[in-house]
Amino acid sequence: MRVPSSSVPSLRTLSIATVVAMGVAFGLVFFYAPIELEEGFLQKIFYLHVPLAIVSLCGFVSGGLMAIAHLRTRDSRWDLRSYVTIHMSLIFGVAVLLTGSIWARGSWGHWWVWSEPTLVSYLIVFLLYATYQPLRFAIEDPERQARYASVFAIVAGAFVPLNFLAVRLSTSYLHPRVLGGSSNLPGPMRLTFLVSLAAIALLFVTLCSYELTAKRTRIMLKSRSRILGYR
Amino acid sequence: MSHGAAETAIGVKPDRPRHGEVLQVAGLVRCYGEREALGDVSLSLHEGHTLVVFGPNGAGKTTLLRVLATLLRPHSGSVRIFDRGLPEEAWAVRGRIGLVGHEPLLYRELTARENLRFHARLHGTPPARVEALLDALAMTDRAEEPLRTLSRGMVQRVAVARAVLHEPRLLLLDEPYANLDPTAIALVGPLIGGESGCTRVVCSHDPTGGLAEADLVLGLRAGRPALLRAAADVDPGEITELYR
Amino acid sequence: MNIEPKSQTTKPHAASSRAAHAPAGTSSAFTKHVQDKAPSAHAPAGTPSSSTKHVPTKTAQVVLALLRKELLVELRTLESVPGMSLFAVSTFVVFHFALHRSAVDGDLAAGVLWVTLLFAAMLGVNRLFVADAEQGGFDGFLLAPVDRSAMLLAKVCALLAYLVVLELVAVPAFALLLLGPSLGQALPGLVGVIALADVGIAVIGTLIAALAVRTRARDLLGPLLALPLLVPVVIGGARASSPLLAAGHAGGPGGRWLALLALYDLVFGLIAYAVFDFLLED
Repeated sequence: MRVPSSSVPSLRTLSIATVVAMGVAFGLVFFYAPIELEEGFLQKIFYLHVPLAIVSLCGFVSGGLMAIAHLRTRDSRWDLRSYVTIHMSLIFGVAVLLTGSIWARGSWGHWWVWSEPTLVSYLIVFLLYATYQPLRFAIEDPERQARYASVFAIVAGAFVPLNFLAVRLSTSYLHPRVLGGSSNLPGPMRLTFLVSLAAIALLFVTLCSYELTAKRTRIMLKSRSRILGYR
Repeated sequence: MSHGAAETAIGVKPDRPRHGEVLQVAGLVRCYGEREALGDVSLSLHEGHTLVVFGPNGAGKTTLLRVLATLLRPHSGSVRIFDRGLPEEAWAVRGRIGLVGHEPLLYRELTARENLRFHARLHGTPPARVEALLDALAMTDRAEEPLRTLSRGMVQRVAVARAVLHEPRLLLLDEPYANLDPTAIALVGPLIGGESGCTRVVCSHDPTGGLAEADLVLGLRAGRPALLRAAADVDPGEITELYR
Repeated sequence: MNIEPKSQTTKPHAASSRAAHAPAGTSSAFTKHVQDKAPSAHAPAGTPSSSTKHVPTKTAQVVLALLRKELLVELRTLESVPGMSLFAVSTFVVFHFALHRSAVDGDLAAGVLWVTLLFAAMLGVNRLFVADAEQGGFDGFLLAPVDRSAMLLAKVCALLAYLVVLELVAVPAFALLLLGPSLGQALPGLVGVIALADVGIAVIGTLIAALAVRTRARDLLGPLLALPLLVPVVIGGARASSPLLAAGHAGGPGGRWLALLALYDLVFGLIAYAVFDFLLED
């Protein structure tokens, strides 16, 4: 098995790119984007909260797609990728809920609001994916664990859009959407938002690559020591 | 994924395997996580012959049987049964394999007759066959009682009936005579014993008895074949060696 | 590795003993050989000694056989349906005390009804595959030459049947104990909503039950996985029932909620069909 040293330079490139992108985004958020009239300075958390949410949701759905690849090819590498992606999305998810809560507190005075459909749907998705790891750890046979986890990832991945639709329907029934969508952002805000989105996406990919490399190295180490142990 | 499409006599592969071999295993590997449950097992078995597998607990006998029964996929190597490759063509051979394992694979709350009728429907076998088997195993008078009220020996008899219901030509037997008294052994003999004429793979812990009914002997130790010879060339001493 | 047979006389011996004794039910190799050469895809169940083993048993037959077995076991053990129904009635009593109300209507009524139905359904979901997992039902099924999706279909139908019986008890109990306005006119609409929602609960319930049954802590994992997944069903069901259960009969169930339920049923029905096989194999 090749030592994954060839992925180290690309890890380095990714890390540098991420740091640069985050630096630029940070600069734009604090020095370029205008302060919003209604919500004030706290509104800037929007540039963190929404990209985190978008990236982690894409992560959940990609985890489902990788799970499909795993079931079709029976290659355990796809399962590893799926696991790392979902795991990282869940961690980002905690950040989404935290920043969302802070924002809600700032904008409406409560730590949680039911009137924001994206936040509510996100909570449900989060609760679902929070069961992913307990499910994995409850199955001992590694092959079956991977297979069952993939089935779950596929079902949950399909659930994400349906859930958003359902909650959106039910919430708009009660309150009009308080939050403006990203489609009607004025110029400077839009640029800042897109750069933040790119930075968070890069951060996600970099962190996933680090975790993948770490896990692969550990697997390789285990198999080598096992071979030596037998001899 | 339904394979119920019509298969005419013209397009069908003849199920008479080449060289009269029912079973062809080459380099079979099956892992459980990091551990190798079966490593590099190769053998071939002629029609009508009996392969007896010996080995201590945990040696992989049950795993081997389950792979042959199409319940587990081979992780590496090839397995061909009736000249069909597993796991791609497993669907084609399931109807011709009968398994008697450690579990009877029967529902305790249902009666013997209900259990057997259920399996008959799954295999597309007529109900008359159920009655014939119950009769052959002297179970007709206990056929209407839930299985949980029957003794282990009787349940084992019904399990044997379940295994041969669809007239399989390959029998996979994991210590089938456990829990059976001599009368019962005499009753199941024609169905799963040497006199049935089926090709058989039998897991056994009894060196003398097992050798007596074997044509081919396989000894497993820690998943690897420690012994593979014609039964005539093996003496019981070598088999007891396996358990050391 | 080719091994010569132990003795050349074994085969003729076996053949003659077979011809001579021919024990009940064991057909000789000769007839088998002849029949295997001409398999037919549509072997009727009455064919004696049907040797058409390489053609799988027809799926409809298998589903019916499985369903019959399911319902038979349930009738004998009565471990799902009575429990679910009793749980629902007890929950209504608890709600009376918890909400401190003698009568509910509209949104509150819809909420109480759907929460109760959902949690009662979880009890049924927990027990769905237990008999199969503990008594070798999976292996017995996997050994048969059948399409594995038949088990999904049969279990979904069985769970649907349990849900229908549950509702036959729970809905009248609800109308009796807690519901303010009378059901009369709203009943057909309510039945329609419940029917649509039931399909979704049955599909997801079966899928999650199959996922959870061979894990540790299966009773915990089942509801934990199923509840978030069933939120859209609760949304659709409750929002659709709310006008039906309102005082003065505010109107029929909104079309959009029925559409949501139907979409949910369709999407997860297809996904369940696609992935179920992977849960059964080893």
